Amino acid sequence: MKMKNAIEVENLRKEFKGYSSRSGLKGAFRDLFTRNYKIVPAVNDISFSVKQGEMVGYIGENGAGKSTTIKMLTGILTPTSGRIMVNGMNPHQERERFVQTIGVVFGQRSQLWWDIAVQESFRLLKKVYKVSDAHYNEHMNHVIKTLDIEPLLDKPVRKLSLGQRMRCELAAALIHNPPLLFLDEPTIGLDVLVKLKIREFLKEINEKYNTTILLTTHDLSDIEALCQRVIMLDEGNIIYDGALNSLKEKWGEGKELQFQFLKDPELNAVQNLTRGMPVYWELDEKKMVFSAMIEDNELVSRTIAKVAEAYQIRDMKINEISTEEIIRNIYEKGSVS
Amino acid sequence: MDKYIEMIRIRFLMMLAYRTNYYTGILIYAINIGAYYFLWAAIYGHKTQIEGLSVVQMTTYVAIAWMARAFYFNNIDREMAVEIMEGKVAVELIRPYSYLMMKTMQGLGEGIFRLFFFSVPGMLIVSFIFPVKFTWNPAVWGLFAVSIVLSFLINTQLNLLTGITTFFLFNNSGLIRAKRVVIDLFSGLLLPISFFPGWAQGIMKYLPFQGISYIPSMIFSNGFTRQAAFHAILEQAIWVIILVLPIQVLWSLAKKQLVIQGG
Repeated sequence: MKMKNAIEVENLRKEFKGYSSRSGLKGAFRDLFTRNYKIVPAVNDISFSVKQGEMVGYIGENGAGKSTTIKMLTGILTPTSGRIMVNGMNPHQERERFVQTIGVVFGQRSQLWWDIAVQESFRLLKKVYKVSDAHYNEHMNHVIKTLDIEPLLDKPVRKLSLGQRMRCELAAALIHNPPLLFLDEPTIGLDVLVKLKIREFLKEINEKYNTTILLTTHDLSDIEALCQRVIMLDEGNIIYDGALNSLKEKWGEGKELQFQFLKDPELNAVQNLTRGMPVYWELDEKKMVFSAMIEDNELVSRTIAKVAEAYQIRDMKINEISTEEIIRNIYEKGSVS
Repeated sequence: MDKYIEMIRIRFLMMLAYRTNYYTGILIYAINIGAYYFLWAAIYGHKTQIEGLSVVQMTTYVAIAWMARAFYFNNIDREMAVEIMEGKVAVELIRPYSYLMMKTMQGLGEGIFRLFFFSVPGMLIVSFIFPVKFTWNPAVWGLFAVSIVLSFLINTQLNLLTGITTFFLFNNSGLIRAKRVVIDLFSGLLLPISFFPGWAQGIMKYLPFQGISYIPSMIFSNGFTRQAAFHAILEQAIWVIILVLPIQVLWSLAKKQLVIQGG
């Protein structure tokens, strides 16, 4: 049996009309009458699909088009062109029916009512989503316990700390137990303990209810902890869509060696040692740390041997290349292939 | 419908959360009514009637106009402007309800709160200090009740219209302020419409503003014949229906070209 897709996107495009101001006083006067408009595509004909129950990381630099995509998928923005099916519906056309089936957390925006107690917000949302008492009690008691927000319920939102608020936001997004959850930077500005708690909770609901989760974040450790699959966006285009593991295998091969020497040599001299091999040296002049990026793991011991032969080593480290570095490399190159 | 009623309750709670606002509000309304009472007393001097209204009718008109204002007045235009400018409207659009309907209900929650905790006690105080003449005719009360509900609807619709323009103008605080002055003046809050020059009255007949304050106040102060009262209420109802159209048109245009400000 073919599994149902939670999200299907085909040639999705969103353009914004922007204008540029002319310079100088003369330009400002001319702007009063005519403006230089230009069309900027924020999302550039992208296609992808997400299966029910998948947890997908949607990553990209600031301005890559992540939030715009999420806003189209949640029915807030109308696409310029392309086809979107989410939970079998067109988000923008059937907005009121559609949003019953999704939960959204915007890390930078509260969806609780600022001046009233958290439980009043919950009560209103329960009515808004038409959740029955029985369902609410069974589901939410568990959510409240897992996220440990019981003592916060009678406090007004404005008196909560960011970590407390985020946990309440997450609970609020789950009141109607939606099969699809959008999280737009849910862990922004949170401390490690709260992050861990939120990640564990997300894993749990994914296992328990087979909830599909689409997550955008700048914190790659979130993605590493939660998602098997990543979609990487750059300037409105998808530049990678696939397993996080294969991204690592393909790009994360190689090691970084860090040396500190008793007597500091010239960078040139060190570079000469590995001439002809694909090894790239960098020097941190403040700490006098020489690091060698080695793409081929087999070259690691040869490099160490050559360096150790020539200089006296005070300290040495072998580092794996981190996901963050992999992604930085990809963005610098601009594509994955 | 449940969710909309729940919203009224939430708005009640929010009003209660800020008690100082509530007390200062009563004070401001009392000062306003007092100021207009003495102003009109001076204008009347020894005259018994101006434009068919006696001094007592005039005082009643002023008092009731301000008390009715407490019910129909709301700031949802400004709230919408803030929500749109800060991008909070995104959160409203991911909820399964109609944003405009929810805003209207918030305005209604605020109005009902003020009616009971503000207008009614305020009216009692005012009636001890100034020579206000209440009618105990239930028919007048009934017509008045229908009329202020329609006032609320017209005023709220105008607020929604002003609020939606934020989508196109991005910053419309000037427009909001202008709209408020226009409504206070042309609705008959500051001056009964019958006091305006003839040509202005002619123009205002074709504008919705007098449905906001003039009509309910005239009904309450017995300035209208029964026939004229029915006619005026019908006029209000027609405006409520007419105003639905531009709101729907602007709203669907706004949704299409919506830009969420601030990421």
